Amino acid sequence: MFWRYEITGVDTITLHFGEQIDVALVDSIHKAAAVLRETLGERLLDAVPSYTTLLLRYDLRQDDLASLVADVRPALDTLSPEGGESEVEPDVVEVPVFYDVRVGPDLERIARRADLSIDDVVKRHTANTYHVFAIGFAPGFAYLGQVVDELATPRLSTPRQKVPVGTLGIADTQTAIYPITSPGGWNLIGRTPLTLFDPERDRPGLLEAGQQVRFRAIDEAEYIELGGRLDDLPWERETTTASTTGERS
Amino acid sequence: MTARQQGLIVRKPGFLSLLQDAGRERVMHLGLATGGAMDRHAWAWGNQLLGNRYGAPALEITFGGSEFTCTLDTQIAVTGAAVTCTVNGETQPLWATISVSRGDEIALSAPKSGLRAYLAVRGGFLVEPGLGGSCATFTREKTGGLHHDGKPLQTDDILPCPETSDYVPNRKVPAQWIPEYTAAATLDVVLGAQVDRFPSRALDDFFSHAYELSAQSDRMGARLNGPALAVKGERLISEGISLGSIQVPADGQPIILLNDRQTIGGYPKLGAVTPRSLDTLAQCVPGSSLQFRPISLHEAQKQERTFLRFFYL
Repeated sequence: MFWRYEITGVDTITLHFGEQIDVALVDSIHKAAAVLRETLGERLLDAVPSYTTLLLRYDLRQDDLASLVADVRPALDTLSPEGGESEVEPDVVEVPVFYDVRVGPDLERIARRADLSIDDVVKRHTANTYHVFAIGFAPGFAYLGQVVDELATPRLSTPRQKVPVGTLGIADTQTAIYPITSPGGWNLIGRTPLTLFDPERDRPGLLEAGQQVRFRAIDEAEYIELGGRLDDLPWERETTTASTTGERS
Repeated sequence: MTARQQGLIVRKPGFLSLLQDAGRERVMHLGLATGGAMDRHAWAWGNQLLGNRYGAPALEITFGGSEFTCTLDTQIAVTGAAVTCTVNGETQPLWATISVSRGDEIALSAPKSGLRAYLAVRGGFLVEPGLGGSCATFTREKTGGLHHDGKPLQTDDILPCPETSDYVPNRKVPAQWIPEYTAAATLDVVLGAQVDRFPSRALDDFFSHAYELSAQSDRMGARLNGPALAVKGERLISEGISLGSIQVPADGQPIILLNDRQTIGGYPKLGAVTPRSLDTLAQCVPGSSLQFRPISLHEAQKQERTFLRFFYL
C-alpha cells in the first residue's frame, strides 16, 4: 500500500494514500485505520479518515514522531497491496427515505435540471450503492459518493438557515443526510425517519467511514409509521411568511 | 441525581459559563469535536490545587459575571482571568484554595485582564462523562455539559459536588506560574507540510507582522485581521484538522482552529499553533495584538510533554 505522511500538528500526522478522490481509497483507508487502532491501542488518541487521508493524533506522553512512525510503517506493511481481494463483505446499511417535495423542496428543480420525472430521480438515487467517504462537518454527517452524473447538482448559492434533522440532500456528486438540524446548502430531496446520530447510543453515529449505504424509497404511510415527521418544515414557513418581518433568527 | 445532591446553585450564569474537562478522545472520526478547557494551564492548576485528578470537570467562565450559592462545606479555587472573586462579599485570593461553607455566596466579577476564569471544586464536579469519555460542553452540537444537551450553565442549575473528599491543605500557586495577561502575545507555530502551498512572501508577512484577534472569534476558531496571506492553488481535498491549525481561506485572513473546531476541512494550512501557546491565546481578548514565531516540532513536543507530565504526576 502506497502512503506518505505529513506533519500537521504538534501531536498529529496525516497519512496520504492518494492524491485524488477515488472509491478504491475508501476501503484502503478504512483498513489502515483499523490496523493502526489495533496495533497502537492507547497510544492513538484519534484516527480520522477522510477522502484520501487518515489523520492520526498520538499521545505525547508515550510517543514522539520517530517512535510513532516506526510502528505505523510495519503495521501498514501488513496490509495487502492495492487491488488485493477484500475478504470481508462490505457492511451495507439500508436507509429508508421518503422522497417527496414536502420534505425535499429541491426535488422538482433537480428533476427539471436533469430533464427527468421525480420518479426517475428517485429511481436513479436509490439504484446506487454509496460509499461513506468521510464523516465530518457535524456529528455523524456522512459524505456519500457518488451520485450518477444526471443528479449531480451544485450547492445552493445561499445556504438555508435551517435544515431539519434526517433531511437527505445532494451537493455536486455527493449525497448526505443531516444528522442534526443545522444550516445547510445542499439540494434537499427527501427525509429519513432513522436517527443518524444519537449521543446516548453505544455507536452514536449510524454511519462510519468504510461502510456502504443503499437508500430505499418509502411512502408517506411507512415514513410516518417509522416515526417520520411532517410538522417541522421551515421552508414552508419561509414561503408563507416571507413578507413578514422579525421572525428569522 | 437525588434531590439531596449538594453542590453549587447557579444564581447568575454569566455571559458564557461551560462545564469543561480535558476534552474527548477517540471520537473525531464520528464527526465530533474534541472540546475541553481552552486554557489548560489555568484549568489544570485549579484542579491541582484541590488535589483533583487531571481531567476533572471544572467551570470555564468567559467574561466573568457569575454567581453561585454553595450548599455544602468544601473548597474551591479560581484561576485564569483576573476576576475579583468574593465569598459573601469578601475578596478572596485567586490561584489559591478557598474554603467555602454551606450557604456561602460566591461571585466572580468581569475580568480586569484575561478572558476565561476557571472555577474548580474539591473532588471535581460530579458529572457523568458522555461521548469520548468527557463532559465537555458543545453548544453547537447540543452534546455534553451538565444535562448532556450542550447548554451553557443556566440560572438554577445545580452543579453537583462531592461531599466526602478530604480537605486539602491551603495552597497557592507559586507566583512564577501565574501568567500576566497582557494585550499582546507571541504564539509559537510548528510549520506543517502544507507550508509549501504558500509563497515565501506569505510566510514573511505572517511572521513579521502583528495580527489582531477578531471579535468574530469563539471556541471553534480564532479569526485574525492583518496582512492578507497569498495562497497558491485553491481548496484541497478535505482532511482531518489538527488542534491549532492555521488555515488560510481565499480572503487571506488566517483562522486558528481551536477546541470546538469542525473535524475535517479543505483549506490550506500553514502550520499549527502549539498547545501551550493556545493556552496563552485562550486568555487574549478580542482586539489583542498577536505575533507568531516558528518553533521546531522537537521543541514544541518537549514543552507539551513537560506540561502533561507535570500535571499527570
